[in-house]
Amino acid sequence: MERLRFATVGSVDDGKSTLIGRLLYDSKSIFEDQLEHIEAVSKRRGDDYVDLSLLTDGLRAEREQGITIDVAYRYFATPKRSFIIADCPGHIQYTRNMITGASNVDLAIVLIDARTGVIEQTRRHSLLVSLLGVPHLVICVNKMDLVDYDQAVFDRIREEFEEFASRLDLQDVTFLPISALAGDNCVTRSTNMPWFEGSTLLHHLESVYTASDDNRIDTRFPVQFVIRPQRSDFPDYRGFAGRVAGGVLRVGDDVMVLPSGLTSTITGIDSPLGPVEKAEPGDAVTLLLADDLSITRGDMICRPNNRPRVSQELEAMLCWMDDASPMQQNKIYSIKHTTNTARAKITDVLYRLNISNLHRETGVSELKMNEIGRVTLHTTAPIMFDDYHQNRSTGCFIIVDEATGQTAGAGMLLSPRT
Amino acid sequence: MKTSLSGLIDESVTIIREVAAEFERPVLLFSGGKDSVVMLHLAVRAFAPARIPFPVMHIDTGHNFDEVIEFRDRCVADMGVQLIVGSVQASIDAGRIADVTGPRASRNPLQTVTLLDSIAEHKFDAVFGGARRDEERARAKERVYSHRDSFGQWDPKNQRPELWGIYNGRHRQGEHFRIFPISNWTELDIWSFIAEYNIDLPSIYYAHRRPVFRRDNMWMAVTPFLQPEANETVVEELVRFRTVGDATCTAAIESVATTVEDIIAETSVARITERGATRADDRMSEAGMEDRKRTGYF
Repeated sequence: MERLRFATVGSVDDGKSTLIGRLLYDSKSIFEDQLEHIEAVSKRRGDDYVDLSLLTDGLRAEREQGITIDVAYRYFATPKRSFIIADCPGHIQYTRNMITGASNVDLAIVLIDARTGVIEQTRRHSLLVSLLGVPHLVICVNKMDLVDYDQAVFDRIREEFEEFASRLDLQDVTFLPISALAGDNCVTRSTNMPWFEGSTLLHHLESVYTASDDNRIDTRFPVQFVIRPQRSDFPDYRGFAGRVAGGVLRVGDDVMVLPSGLTSTITGIDSPLGPVEKAEPGDAVTLLLADDLSITRGDMICRPNNRPRVSQELEAMLCWMDDASPMQQNKIYSIKHTTNTARAKITDVLYRLNISNLHRETGVSELKMNEIGRVTLHTTAPIMFDDYHQNRSTGCFIIVDEATGQTAGAGMLLSPRT
Repeated sequence: MKTSLSGLIDESVTIIREVAAEFERPVLLFSGGKDSVVMLHLAVRAFAPARIPFPVMHIDTGHNFDEVIEFRDRCVADMGVQLIVGSVQASIDAGRIADVTGPRASRNPLQTVTLLDSIAEHKFDAVFGGARRDEERARAKERVYSHRDSFGQWDPKNQRPELWGIYNGRHRQGEHFRIFPISNWTELDIWSFIAEYNIDLPSIYYAHRRPVFRRDNMWMAVTPFLQPEANETVVEELVRFRTVGDATCTAAIESVATTVEDIIAETSVARITERGATRADDRMSEAGMEDRKRTGYF
């Protein structure tokens, strides 16, 4: 069965956790003891109704404040697909946790309160989803019950969003009018909005086409671990383990190893479940090669006629995530890219992106927590990469503060501007 | 060769290899419970045909089901892995912790001290755990690479961002990471894996007759470590264990499931979570797990 990973994002009171509670509840994925627990808590707090957000707000501090601080993961399945939900926090101060949740999903649901329409946090989250290259987007205009299920409200919000989104790089956007609290168009079709002809949210999640989201053209295999059994029954086994980051590898393929540039042929592919003939994006496999080459962790296996860029001078969109210290130019950080670790300096901030109005602010030398900028970097070792839009796995990196160990920045590599 | 579990297996295997590549002294926590059994099988597959490049460790409260210890020893022998046992009894004897007494005493919370002492003693810097995010609401919040400070504490309000499939294991001397490679597996995924790859488990996971008594609406097994109180009647019931932990705080459920297929059928229609049905330790408070995890629990 296929698995779909999706994130829910939006502002604090737009009802993300309630929507997830609704999907779990209506798909019968909430267990009795969980329901009893949140009923008891809601009752003790004196709520008017059972607060479904208690299902995902699992931390003491979240329950005390009634907000989501960190991503919560939830799981449910229908006969068609199984789902991994990343419920992301809406507060601006927890943006880095929102990015954590949305970085590797197939689809993002952006919630908008029908009464307020597109607000700053909607724009901010949509921009982040666009930067992260999430392939599919669903805009749920929520709380339609509070605007009398009025089509005009839905149409106006849709136009407002489209006007803003035209400046973003969003590929597949779907709009749905829903009420998470009342259940309209979540799992079952709403009878309150006969004017809406689209499908329900669950149906959309079950049927959205994701098979073409991976890059199956450009073969990329970052070597993660060299397997050399020290045992007499496998005297000559030398396998290169890793996860396919792009393209399809087959036994018999000619390959090139970077940065050395040496070439060989794939003689075997071992998967965790036994030998296979081919490996596709996402597969964790071990490659066996015809020639005895020197290959180590951090090397990249590709095809001789289709190679990634190799450079020590990089350009990227960088999100800063360290609350303790802002990004400083020419400070030495660690950079982790695929299975490669090097040291890096940020050499220039080309501009800071105002994430509310998309203005490019120049003359900036540092980035504070939750700020995003286009930067240039210089690394101590060559990085083998692709443009993030071509390949998310080989186009992303993190910056680590060497003194504190904090994951301080997240970057998306871009082709240098000409 | 593609199965419904392929994506999960790929993710877990990648995490396990990444840790082996980047940390100096990893260890895999192995209790003989189903999640740790699946995790160990994934580790074996991650490095095959080489042997797994780290030992396994059991934090032993001394209050075990015999079937589980027998299984544990057989399993590590079959797989040729090194087993380290961290003993709660030894911690008590050494005066590191005081034993708990009374009819409802459980050594379960004492494990944290033994675990942290064992990590320090062996200088482990990465500790694989078989926790799953679908188990419990605090676990649903935890990163795959979960940082522990030099006191072994988790700071849930200040977790490191964790993006894409890039994991940051950088730490200072004395700190360590808990690593959860099967974070995204559900209880049903675990059973599907056990069925598909014929994984051997301790016999108490399958329905069997055993003397039990009712406590807090759960069936507790009579063992040398857990005796009924005066008003609790012992009866023999057909039961199985949905989770396996310390014998004093792990309850059985009524079940006729004697095969993996039966268990999958039961799990598919279960209306209560596995920990809710069987773990006295999680019922202690609204944030029982979070509080224990903060101080260094599994």
